[in-house]
Amino acid sequence: MKIPITLEVDGEPRELSVDTRTTVLDALRERLGVTSPKKGCDHGQCGACTVLLDGSRVNSCLLLAVAADGCAITTAAGLGAGAALHPMQQAFIEHDGFQCGYCTPGQICSAVGMLAEAAAGHPSHVTASASAFESDGEDGEDGEDGEVLLTDDEIRERMSGNICRCGAYVNIRAAISQAAAHAAGADRSAVPHPHSRPAEEGAS
Amino acid sequence: MSITVSPSATNAGLTRIDGPAKVTGTAAYAFEQPVESPLYLHPVQATIARGSVRSIDTSRASSLSGVVDVMTHENAPRLADASDAEYAILQGPEIGFRGQFLAAVVADTPEIARHAAGLVTVDYEVSEHDAELRWDHPELYAPEQVNAGKATDTATGDADAVLEQAAVKLDRMYSTPWENNNPMEPHTTIALWNDEGLTLYESTQGVHPVRMAIAPVFGLPPDDVHVIAPHVGGGFGSKGLPHANLVLTALAAQRLRGRAVKFALTRQQMFSVAGYRSPTIQRVQLGADPSGRLAALAVDVVVQTSRIKEFVEQAASPARMMYAAEHRRTSHRVAALDVPIPSWMRAPGECPGMFGLEVAMDELAEELGLDPIELRERNEPEIDPETGKPFANRRLLDCFRLGAERFGWDRRNSRPGSRWEGRRRLGIGVASATYPYMRQRASSARIRYEGEGVYAVHIGAADLGTGTWTTLTQIAAECLDVGVEQIRLQIGDSSLPMATVAGGSSGTASWGSAILAAAGRFREEHGTAPEAGAEVRVRSPRQLETEGLSMHSFGAHFAEVSVDADTGEIRVDRLLGVFSAGRIINPRTARSQFLGGMTMGLGMALHEQSVMDPRFGIVVNHDLAEYHVPTNADVRDMEAVWLDEFDEHVGPLGARGIGEIGIVGTAAAIANAACNATGIRVRDLPITPDKLLG
Repeated sequence: MKIPITLEVDGEPRELSVDTRTTVLDALRERLGVTSPKKGCDHGQCGACTVLLDGSRVNSCLLLAVAADGCAITTAAGLGAGAALHPMQQAFIEHDGFQCGYCTPGQICSAVGMLAEAAAGHPSHVTASASAFESDGEDGEDGEDGEVLLTDDEIRERMSGNICRCGAYVNIRAAISQAAAHAAGADRSAVPHPHSRPAEEGAS
Repeated sequence: MSITVSPSATNAGLTRIDGPAKVTGTAAYAFEQPVESPLYLHPVQATIARGSVRSIDTSRASSLSGVVDVMTHENAPRLADASDAEYAILQGPEIGFRGQFLAAVVADTPEIARHAAGLVTVDYEVSEHDAELRWDHPELYAPEQVNAGKATDTATGDADAVLEQAAVKLDRMYSTPWENNNPMEPHTTIALWNDEGLTLYESTQGVHPVRMAIAPVFGLPPDDVHVIAPHVGGGFGSKGLPHANLVLTALAAQRLRGRAVKFALTRQQMFSVAGYRSPTIQRVQLGADPSGRLAALAVDVVVQTSRIKEFVEQAASPARMMYAAEHRRTSHRVAALDVPIPSWMRAPGECPGMFGLEVAMDELAEELGLDPIELRERNEPEIDPETGKPFANRRLLDCFRLGAERFGWDRRNSRPGSRWEGRRRLGIGVASATYPYMRQRASSARIRYEGEGVYAVHIGAADLGTGTWTTLTQIAAECLDVGVEQIRLQIGDSSLPMATVAGGSSGTASWGSAILAAAGRFREEHGTAPEAGAEVRVRSPRQLETEGLSMHSFGAHFAEVSVDADTGEIRVDRLLGVFSAGRIINPRTARSQFLGGMTMGLGMALHEQSVMDPRFGIVVNHDLAEYHVPTNADVRDMEAVWLDEFDEHVGPLGARGIGEIGIVGTAAAIANAACNATGIRVRDLPITPDKLLG
C-alpha cells in the first residue's frame, strides 16, 4: 500500500508516495537520493542512520516514513550553512574523528543533537544527579533547566549509540569537546552544571 | 633517477582530502552510486547446516506484484568456473553451511524483495552436521599450508625433549573465539550487465583483485569486468576478496541484462557469508633456564575451516620468529566443519597467535619472578630464529623502553591483586606485537600533466578509511615536488593502473612505491616543465635485494585496567601502543589507524565473540546488539606513538605499513593487566566479568 507524504529534507519540502513498510532511512536513500545517512544494521543498533528529526536525534532506520509525514529532517549534508561546514563537521576533520567515514554522518548528527540535549539539561547515565536520583538543594537547581557540563565521560556515554568500527572514538570525543566549547562560546559563557561528575571519577 | 621522499613534506599532518565529503555524507559508497531504475535483491538462505535442497517453491514469491525475478539453483546461469565453492552460488542443491544462499528474489523495491524472499519455501534433505570445534576433534588434519603461504608445521632441534628437562616449564591452553570483522558498511554490490560486459560497484579492498577473482568465474576476459569503489566503509580483511554476495548479484544481473541490481548484505547475513576469524585453540609450551632464557618453545594450534573451502588461520606463525629459543616446534591442525567459510580478519595469524604467546610470556615472567619486559629482553634474538636471516629492523626493545617511560611502567606492582582504589582493583600489563612486511607486491601508477600546474595521478588503490586519498596525494606531491593542491588523484576503479589489495598492511607501501617510481620516470622523461598531456605509466620495481633479510614491524602494548571486585566489571583505563613500522607518511591518519587497531584489540579482549550454537550451525548473536564491539564509553585514555624511522630496506618510500599491528598485542596486554589487577589468569577470550570473579 502506498501513502503520499511530505518530508522536509535539509530545508527542502519533498513529496513522495511510500510503501507503508518503508523506513525514513530507505525513503531518504532509495527514493529521494539523499544518501548522507547510512545503513549499517537497519535495527537501530549502530547509529549510522542518525538524523535530526524536528531537531532531535533519531535512528532513521527505526522510523516508518508514513509516521514522519510533515516532519523536518536534517542530515549531515544539510547541517552546514550553505557550502560552509558546521563547526562539528570542521572539528571532526581537524581531529580526524573518522576513518572510513561510514558512521560519520550519523556520529555528527548525533553529536549535534546531543549538545542540544545537554544544553537543555537532559541527564545521562553518568550524570550524578540522574544516577543517584538526588536533588541538590544547595544550588537550588533541579537538574532539568541547567546545562550539563560535557565532561569526557558525559560525551562518551551520550555518544555510545553510535558505533565506529574503525575505532575513532578518541578523536570523536576530542572533536565533540571542541565543537561543544565552540557552541558554548557562541551562545553564552557556559555555566557548568553542578551535578556532573568530574572526569576522573569516570566509571559508569 | 630515484627520488627520496623528504620527511618534511609528508610528515605534515594534512587533514583528509576526502574529509568534507565524509563529514557531510556525500562521499558515495557502493550502494549509493547513481544507477538508472535499479532493482533490489534479497536472498533466501539455508536454515540447515548440511544437506541439500529437495525442492524449492517460489510460486508465491513469483506471483507477488513488483517481483521481477526469482532465481534458484534450477534456473540460475551456469558459471564458467565453479571450482571455488565460495563462488559456486546456485550451481546445485548441496548445502555446505547454514546461511548459504539458496535463492534470490529481485524486485522493484527493497520492501517487496524482502517480503517475497520470505515467501519462498524450501524442502530439505537434512544430513548430519558438525559445527563444533574441539581441541580433540577426531578429524583434525594437517593442511598442505596455512594462510599467507606459510608452512603448516616447523621444527628445529628437539623441542619436546628439551621442554621435558627445562628448569622452568610452562604448559598452557589458550583460546580465542570466532570473531566477525563487522565493518560499518555492509558488503554491497551493484551489478550491471550490458554489451560492454559486467560493471560492479563493489565495497571492496581491491578493485583489481575483485576483477581477477570474478572474471574467470563468469568466463569473462578481465577487461570486460569493470569494478568501481572510490569509497569503502571499512573492511578489516573481510572485503579483501569478493564473497558470495557479489556472485549472487552478478548472476541476477546476468538474467536481467541492462538493469542494475543492488544487494547490500544485512548485518545478520554478514555473519555467514562475508568471512570471519576462525576460533583458535592454542597449546603453548615454554621451557626456560632459571635466568629466563628460553631453551625451547612449542606452539600447537587448532582452528576450523568450512568443509567446502579451506582457509587456515596461521596462528602459530608469530611464535616462529618472535623469541630466541634453540629448540622450537609449531604446528597447525584444522577441523573441516559445516560452518561458514573463515577468511582474513585484521592481522590473521599474528593477532590470535600473539594472544597465546604473549600471555604465556607473562605467565613465565610471573613464574620466574622476572619483570615481563626483562623476560623479553633476555629472549631477544640476534637473528630471525625461524629463517636464520638477519632482521632488517628489529626495534622491539626500543618500543618497550619508550613505552615503559611514557606509561609509567615502574609504578606496576608485580604482586597481583595488590593495588586497590575503592572497590576496584587496578593492574598494569604489557605485551609485544609484530607484523611481517609483505614484500613483492607490485602496483602500477600513471602520472599525466594536465596543464596549468595540475598533475593527474591514477592508480586502482582503495581507501577503506586508511587515508589513501590523502597519503597518496601527499606522496605524489612530494615526489613531483609540487603542492598537494596540484595533484588530482584517482583511485578505486579497475580502469586505472593495476593496484594490489589493501591488505597485509601493504597498501600504502605498494601503491606509494609505484607513484614514487612513476614520478621519477615522469621527471626523467618530461622534465620540470612538461607539456600538457605528458604521461608515464610505471610498474613499481620489486625489492628482490631484500630476500636475505627478515622484515617485520614491531610494537609494545601497555594496558592499565580496573576491575570491580564485586561485579567483575573490567574497564581499560589506559592503553598505549608504541610502534616501529618504518616511515609514517601522515601522522594524523597514522595515529588514527594505530588507535583503531588498538580499539578493535580492546573489543577482542573484552567483548567480541560470535557464539556458535553447534546444534543448529548458527551464530546466535549475529547482530550489533549482541555481538559487542567497543563503543565510545569503552574507550578511555588511549594513545599511539611510534619510533621515528625510515626503513631503507623497503625502498625509497621507507614505509612498511601500519594497518594491522595496532591490534596484535592489545588483547594480551589487557589480559596481562587483568591478571596483575586480580591474580586471575584468563586464557580464553573475551575477558567477560564472570571470568574475573575468582
